[in-house]
Amino acid sequence: MATRRARVRALLVWAAGLATACNGPIESRTDESVAAGPPAYGDTFIQASIGDIGGLIPSLTSDQSSHEVGGLIYDGLVKQDKDLNLAPAMAQSWTYSPNCLELTFKLRHDVKWHDDYPFTADDVVFTYEAMINPKTPAPFKEGFLLVKEAKALDPYTVQIRYDKPYARAVETWSSTMLPKHLLQSFADAGTMRESPQNSQPVGTGPYRFQEWKPGEKVVLLANPDYYEGRPYLSRIVYRVIPSQATIFLELKANGVDYVSSLTGIQYKRQTEYPAFRKAYHKFRYPGGDYTFLGFNLKDPRFADPRVRQAFAHAIDKRELIDGVRLGLATEANGPMRPGTWAYTDDVKRYEYDPAKAKALLAEAGWKDRDGDGVVKDRDGKPFTLTIRTNQGNDERKKIAEIVQQRLKEIGIQADIQLIEWAAFIKEFIKPRRFEVVVLGLGTGSDPDQYVVWHSSQRGPDQMNRTGYANEEVDRLLEAGRASCVQKERVHYYRRIQEILAEDLPMIFLFYRDSLPAVAARIHGVNPAPAGILYNFEKWYVPKAQQRYTSG
Amino acid sequence: MALFALRRLLLSIPLLIGITFVSYVVISLAPGGPLDFLTPEDPNASPEVKERLVKEFGLDRPIHVQYWHWLKRAVRLDFGRSFLPDGRPVLSKIGERLPVTLFLNIIELAIIVGLAVPIGVLSATRQHSLYDKITTVFVFVGFATPDFWLALLLMILFGVQLGWLPISGLRSLNWEYLTFWQQQWDFFSHLVLPIVVATFGGLAGFSRYMRQSMLEVVRQDYVQTARAKGLTERVVISKHALRNALLPVVTILALALPGLIGGSVIIESIFAIPGMGQLMVQSVFSRDYPVVMGNLVIVASLTLVANLVADITYGLVDPRIRFGGRRGRRS
Repeated sequence: MATRRARVRALLVWAAGLATACNGPIESRTDESVAAGPPAYGDTFIQASIGDIGGLIPSLTSDQSSHEVGGLIYDGLVKQDKDLNLAPAMAQSWTYSPNCLELTFKLRHDVKWHDDYPFTADDVVFTYEAMINPKTPAPFKEGFLLVKEAKALDPYTVQIRYDKPYARAVETWSSTMLPKHLLQSFADAGTMRESPQNSQPVGTGPYRFQEWKPGEKVVLLANPDYYEGRPYLSRIVYRVIPSQATIFLELKANGVDYVSSLTGIQYKRQTEYPAFRKAYHKFRYPGGDYTFLGFNLKDPRFADPRVRQAFAHAIDKRELIDGVRLGLATEANGPMRPGTWAYTDDVKRYEYDPAKAKALLAEAGWKDRDGDGVVKDRDGKPFTLTIRTNQGNDERKKIAEIVQQRLKEIGIQADIQLIEWAAFIKEFIKPRRFEVVVLGLGTGSDPDQYVVWHSSQRGPDQMNRTGYANEEVDRLLEAGRASCVQKERVHYYRRIQEILAEDLPMIFLFYRDSLPAVAARIHGVNPAPAGILYNFEKWYVPKAQQRYTSG
Repeated sequence: MALFALRRLLLSIPLLIGITFVSYVVISLAPGGPLDFLTPEDPNASPEVKERLVKEFGLDRPIHVQYWHWLKRAVRLDFGRSFLPDGRPVLSKIGERLPVTLFLNIIELAIIVGLAVPIGVLSATRQHSLYDKITTVFVFVGFATPDFWLALLLMILFGVQLGWLPISGLRSLNWEYLTFWQQQWDFFSHLVLPIVVATFGGLAGFSRYMRQSMLEVVRQDYVQTARAKGLTERVVISKHALRNALLPVVTILALALPGLIGGSVIIESIFAIPGMGQLMVQSVFSRDYPVVMGNLVIVASLTLVANLVADITYGLVDPRIRFGGRRGRRS
């Protein structure tokens, strides 16, 4: 829950496993229940999570669970709204100076920490200083490091100055704001992890922390003084259930009220019976993570664009989506999330056409010279390669198998190798010792993907893993990053998508759909491009349907 | 005897150091380090944070130096703090998990022993009878049934279809609102499934040991003698045979001691029980060295103690071992 805030920050994660993002409504499958009563306070909302939280200061953690729970306890100055745009949260408004170098936030006057201290500009400046403090082990601080100066003009006005324009400046401030009065001394000493705040957090968010039983559950209570009004659901229990199968059984037994994503088979078959449809509403929308087949462009064979295009023509994306996701995914043609402002549909596509693929290979010098069905170069060396992906991700394994089959049709012999995640990254991805990989990438709310595509980002610890370099793309990425005017930026990013579709440093396969289920007694769920959790504080259970008595 | 025990106890110190050293090296050699999980594969994660944490955790030093520093603190029972963002002391992390695991495993072991002994004795005394054959089948089914599969079947039947028992966890979420007796019932009902599943597999093995050991004993001369004296079969079995048949079983029990702490990863994960097994696996996966090592020291020490206890019991009951010890001392 509250992934909206978490995701604003956690962009472009090379997703190891099952990602859970929720955006853009397609359908919600429900049996429309009897007319709901009016919104009412009360009831307990039980959510299952596969992993425990790492800590209670989200800025110090990088796991999804911590950010979900943290997103309810803490707030940022801005948040993502239902259409994936940035909207006011603890800031009422913000303004840029004409040169994009000064950003001024006006804060709300009615925000209080859970211990009744007022939230002021000092807390914002403190958060900035704590984040850039080298002693703070915060994994995501890039956005703060680009700030030249942050100062409080008055208790409710903060001015942020930058050296050069930074397109994602506002987004930076969707980060968790930290309480100065409780954390100052720990931040100075570099011991924030050991502070009471990390086990008994005080935030400004819609829910107050009640207890954390490691490995078991986190309990939160509604904050009656929340500046946007007290949330309806009184108590949130975040249960840690480390087995996917058990979560599903709990769901079938009505033991949990929400799961962030059903599997394809659960969505399509195992939940299609009357009792389940009565007890839960299912939703479906394209998520923000795409799965791709990435080439190592350092490999001379893949340096030839005709070979990459041949691969694209050999692969049937529809078949992959149907076979691997039971149709529950949206075809991808580029790295921008469909439905966001920078996205364009108007790029080159590669239909499934093995004959064309063979022709392209032949053009590039790969021909079946002796009739054994395997293409070879001039010296008679056959085209063989290994498709690698991480172990434990069944979807990626299936993709590799289908692609293997399709490549065989055009005379390419592929092996498959599955490697444990840590070893995969360390031994193959970072030193770029791979030929073709199946992996996933996340997209953020901002289209800036400088780190993934810019030619300066090809180092072993950097994110341009395919080794892509294109001068025009470099220029466009720089320009897009240096502007704070959305109208200008649209052009840059659309052009980038066009070029990437031509150049094909990777074959974009599909965006996985998010498939959450919510207990039917919960009302007020309104699917939007951002998913369903954006208005979590407004979800309610009518008095007559409340199941649990709680504070 | 005391000397024998002392000697073994002293010998276990270098053994323990050896175990921890090898473990430390192995876990450090595993691909990836704690930093890969704290600062994930994310373009917005700053490399400078990584360097900072490497220093803070002391991971920039050579392995033997790291181990030496760890050892110096471990001797004073200071196992440091977890590398994870919660930064909590290792001992408190282990401390909050240990009671659950210990409690569950002791109950399991008690049930296993309580059931396996009569099952084993009965099938030994009625070797080749229908009862023996049925238990043999049952035992092999028990051996062959994967925990997780049985667990899921029982969860579906009792949790989803019949709705008699809770599926997972240790307590209901409205625990605080229940009366004292309701709370006891609630806790008990949560324990039923995990304990049944855990017992099932263990029961199989243990009753086999018992049967085997009993079969050997009933062939002994002194059992014949007892029978010849005209004692009833019941007395022969329960007084003369059983006591001797239990000896090897006691040894196996002693060796099961470290298992009490280890906890079962599969059962804990599938029933969402926050125990030691889960903690260990999570800390290995996130390369949380201090927690892994803390856990290992406890399990290794217990294994050594259990071995010692087993040896001493052997020594007490089997003169050959004691004599072996004396000879060892003379040479």
